[in-house]
Amino acid sequence: MFVLDTLAHRLNRGCETIPYPKGPAPALPDRHGGALKVEAAKCADGCSACVPLCPTEAITRPPGKPVGLDLGRCIFCAACVESCPQGAITRTGDHRMAARRREDLVLGQPGLEQARLAVALDGKLRKLFGRSLRLRQVSAGGCNACEADTNVLGTIGWDLARFGIQFVASPRHADGLLITGPVSRNMELALKKTYDAVAAPKIVIAVGACAIAGGPFVGHPEVNNGAGSVVPVDLYIPGCPPHPLTILDGLLRLLNLLEDERQRKP
Amino acid sequence: MSASTPFALLANSTALPWTDVPEWPDADFIRATAAELARGARLCAWFGVPEGAGTRVVAVLAFDADNTLAVGRSTPFTGGYPALTATHPQAHLFERELWEQHGLTPEGHPWLKPVRRTAGNAPAVGDFFRVEGREVHEVAVGPVHAGIIEPGHFRFQCAGEEVLHLEIALGYQHRGIEEALAGGPHRATMSQMETIAGDTTIAHATAHATIMEALAFTEAPLRAQWLRAIALELERLANHTGDIGALANDVAFLPTSAACGKIRGDFLNLTALICGNRFGRGLVRPGACRYDLEPARAAQLLERLKSALADVERAGAWFWDAASVRARFENVGAVTPAQAAEIGLVGLAARACGLVRDVRYDHPAGWHRFAQAPVAVWPSGDVFARARVRSLEIKRSGDYLCEQVAAPPEGDLRDTLPPPAPDTLAVALVEGWRGEVCHVALTGADGRFRRYKIIDPSFHNWTGLALALRLTAISDFPICNKSFNLSYCGFDL
Repeated sequence: MFVLDTLAHRLNRGCETIPYPKGPAPALPDRHGGALKVEAAKCADGCSACVPLCPTEAITRPPGKPVGLDLGRCIFCAACVESCPQGAITRTGDHRMAARRREDLVLGQPGLEQARLAVALDGKLRKLFGRSLRLRQVSAGGCNACEADTNVLGTIGWDLARFGIQFVASPRHADGLLITGPVSRNMELALKKTYDAVAAPKIVIAVGACAIAGGPFVGHPEVNNGAGSVVPVDLYIPGCPPHPLTILDGLLRLLNLLEDERQRKP
Repeated sequence: MSASTPFALLANSTALPWTDVPEWPDADFIRATAAELARGARLCAWFGVPEGAGTRVVAVLAFDADNTLAVGRSTPFTGGYPALTATHPQAHLFERELWEQHGLTPEGHPWLKPVRRTAGNAPAVGDFFRVEGREVHEVAVGPVHAGIIEPGHFRFQCAGEEVLHLEIALGYQHRGIEEALAGGPHRATMSQMETIAGDTTIAHATAHATIMEALAFTEAPLRAQWLRAIALELERLANHTGDIGALANDVAFLPTSAACGKIRGDFLNLTALICGNRFGRGLVRPGACRYDLEPARAAQLLERLKSALADVERAGAWFWDAASVRARFENVGAVTPAQAAEIGLVGLAARACGLVRDVRYDHPAGWHRFAQAPVAVWPSGDVFARARVRSLEIKRSGDYLCEQVAAPPEGDLRDTLPPPAPDTLAVALVEGWRGEVCHVALTGADGRFRRYKIIDPSFHNWTGLALALRLTAISDFPICNKSFNLSYCGFDL
């Protein structure tokens, strides 16, 4: 009876995997807000109302220069959005924000109001990893939120394995690392050793504000302000934590598995 | 019982002037603390406050049955003092931490070694306890584990399959949170509180916000307290559901594992419905909640909640009906009630040993003064009990939410918060999904933090995992570990 019951439950539930990317992407929660857009041209002269409000010091406005917002360091609290008298910082509702280069996440100047989305790996790497990417996850001072929302991609709702992407137990089995956390001093050695244990060619993905730039812990003597100070990073996925959809978008973008008109082909 | 204590009494989530905290010379203070612990008090916090050339030690005790807390302090001193651990093992990590942070040596401590200190680019883990003998072998695991999980090091002493002793060495996740709070609150403080342990965002954020309110001798508007209580139970539902799924996965019972992975996300999405963030970041602020749960949104939440609760109940039923699952969980990784009391277990791990320990019930503050869920207890102390308590709490948190979401208090979500009073000590306990989250703050003459102490439930409970492994097969470590599911970063701070 028990086996039959289990099978019946299973059949009743049906397929619970989201249709994305073939179908539409699931909607972000309405209060999530998605990526930010920063139009420095709209800023009033001398206004820097948002600068002291940012908990991670992601916004700068040097005298005489336009405002700059580092989406990599942003934890998406939206304090700046609420405070801006000119509406220069707005929420786009867009889940896509992964970038290949650190500077592609600095927003503000004309033409650079939004994140410049990641391009796919080029020829040889894409050939190697495009259909099968094995990642070793390393939490290096991560708070377990980025880890949890990376883990969730393995559940039936997201089914990451259908894209040939899997998390593996050993760096020896991996094509790269997915790093979370600001890289605490106490994890520096373990992270370096794990990186060294992955066979070349290899890639590194930094997930979350901490791994990109130290997040809320930027400047603490006990952390390294992100993975980039210890290992070279190939993909940055912003958020605190990034929504699973944002992480998935970053991974698919890297492997050129998205039919996306805004994606620049290499 | 607590009425006769020489310590100063205070209720959860309140403050008192620093000068009202009774003080004793060091040896007398240790004796007084030991006497309170001997008659049933529980050590919530034990930490140092530097003053002049020495350090004062502060003890926060809980008299759970009397629903009150008590606090006392020593005069400033340096050097050594007779270890509390020798008679009260629940103090063992607190005393190691005090030694590491302030150099006060607990003389007679059986295992004095660093807790999270950095040595170069790795933690100073010190020597491991070793069992000698020709048949004994040692197994070392971590810091980087197989799976998407935080880092820590486990050192097993085994005779064949059987674990004689497990020592857990942490510190890899140390981010310097307490040190950074000195002179605060700073502009990053609230975000740091939300990331002490990411899966416990609401509990830690609520504890910190409550501290700020207590230091100002006020409280948040009732509607904000109500919303915090709702978010706290959603956090519990998501994590307990995830843990049931993880336990099912570790005994290869895939239907429940697959279903719970998805349902956990459904609960996280309910938190996101309230504030946009699946972990509740940005919701709780001192004196306020930043987002409201308006009637239309509350109705949507209730509808989705009921559907997720029905799903998790069904997924749980498959699991509890399976003899193969029960057989894997029963009598594995047992901690006795006596051990649990001795080492000061908190939260669901304590309740799974038959102890009635629940801050929502023992020390109600905020919305829990008006509405409580019954405490879920199971007596056997094994993996089965920890899974069972989770199942019971899912049911009770679910019922609690259905009642509370439907009955919101009127009023504002935010209020102007006066600045913190100078030279004041505040204590806030919140029952997070793992157990007691404790924040203690002391302000200086300028009203800024002079000392801020954070105790995640994991700080109390990692020792419980070590004890659970004794005389257990090492192959059962994964289910024992999952059954506790403790925080590494919450411990490492």
